[in-house]
Amino acid sequence: MDGLNATVDFFGVRRTIRLDVVDEPVSPGDYILNHVGFAIRRIPEEEIGETLALYEQLLREAESDIMAADVRGEIEAGRGDGG
Amino acid sequence: MIDGSWAELKFRDPSRAKELTRALVGVVQSMGRSPVSVMHVCGSHEQAIAKFGLRSAFPRELDVIMGPGCPVCITDVPEVDEAVVLAGQGVRIATYGDMLRVPGTVESLADARAKGARVDVVYSVAHAVELARQSTEDVVFFASGFETTAVATAAVLLRDPPSNFSVLSAHKYIPPVMEIVAEMPQTRVEGFLAAGHAATITGWGIFEPFVERHRLPVVVAGFEPLDILAGLVSLAEVIREGTPRVVNAYPRCVTREGNRAAQETLWSVFRPVGGRWRGIAHVPNGNLRLKDEWASFDARKRFDIDLSSLWDYAPATLSQECICGDIMAGISSPSDCPLFGSECVPEKPVGACMVSSEGTCKIWHEYGGLPDRTGVLA
Repeated sequence: MDGLNATVDFFGVRRTIRLDVVDEPVSPGDYILNHVGFAIRRIPEEEIGETLALYEQLLREAESDIMAADVRGEIEAGRGDGG
Repeated sequence: MIDGSWAELKFRDPSRAKELTRALVGVVQSMGRSPVSVMHVCGSHEQAIAKFGLRSAFPRELDVIMGPGCPVCITDVPEVDEAVVLAGQGVRIATYGDMLRVPGTVESLADARAKGARVDVVYSVAHAVELARQSTEDVVFFASGFETTAVATAAVLLRDPPSNFSVLSAHKYIPPVMEIVAEMPQTRVEGFLAAGHAATITGWGIFEPFVERHRLPVVVAGFEPLDILAGLVSLAEVIREGTPRVVNAYPRCVTREGNRAAQETLWSVFRPVGGRWRGIAHVPNGNLRLKDEWASFDARKRFDIDLSSLWDYAPATLSQECICGDIMAGISSPSDCPLFGSECVPEKPVGACMVSSEGTCKIWHEYGGLPDRTGVLA
């Protein structure tokens, strides 16, 4: 890092980007979201875990909904056993 | 950054992708109707969908339409003409690579360059400022892109650029065009997948009034395959529930308020004005122009740009058959266009959608929206 310039490793490619509009102070080792050579977000490591948790939640919801829909469908078709 | 590979793996994990795809199929099919139509408004979403072959995994009942999300494609002809005329007047132009071949009334910037005009391709507006610093002549940055990209343009103006630097702004603002699409009488769109980059700046809260007005849900999604799949699962669920709301499916980058520093940067330099988007419509507040206090850096104020010199020529006839506008409005697909893949190809584009790497036609062409017959026959 050098003032408002920082060197960023993009999966192996190094590039200088600007830090003018990043939302929070960054330090070496941080992850950032880059757009046209400007960092627009410091990505906190713990929030990567949050996204993965969101996937899990979506899967659980979809799963239970599908099962519920299946049961509803069976009941409507007169095949439900009520239990 | 230390080592990005673990993050990459997490957001591209094939087994997780399979599970999310299965969930998507389940939710969409449980609605028991077809098609369920959703629109994304971001070229990067379409690129990822094509690159990772996601569309083939979508349920048949789900129609994922690419809306006006390619900033190059919706840059209007007169805006390209302004850059071409300036270049023809001997002014040095710097611009993003995608803008080079976008057709104007008569010429593109690439045509002007072939005739001797000086046009530099830059990766970042910061690079354009450097070009100006190293020179005494005028350098005009022909600026395209949505609000996320406009933030970068604004940032360099706030950092005391040299007086020989100026901006020809073709920047656009996405939220107003979503209103236009939602109000089109032919629209089939039942929900929007909003672009994570733009929402990183504006925050997801900006979509709440839209949802309120149009009763259409908006889900903010990122650009990795899992981000897009998760966004679509979430959007399909909200559509099925029938209670429209905003969902943030990109929480590692997007907050409700967004990036305030970037918003301040953006709105201290730009103001929204109405203007045409190529092929779409006049979009109220859809164009970002420099505020009056930045007049000395505004190429439109600094130079006398006389477009009438171009209008002595007849417009190209093929371009009148181009259906880019209908494609971006989600009414037609590239395969509906008689020019697609024949008269209009990436090497010789008729419409802007075939020029940009974010254009629907270019992406479909590149990733096999139409079979590559030459390859098959060879």
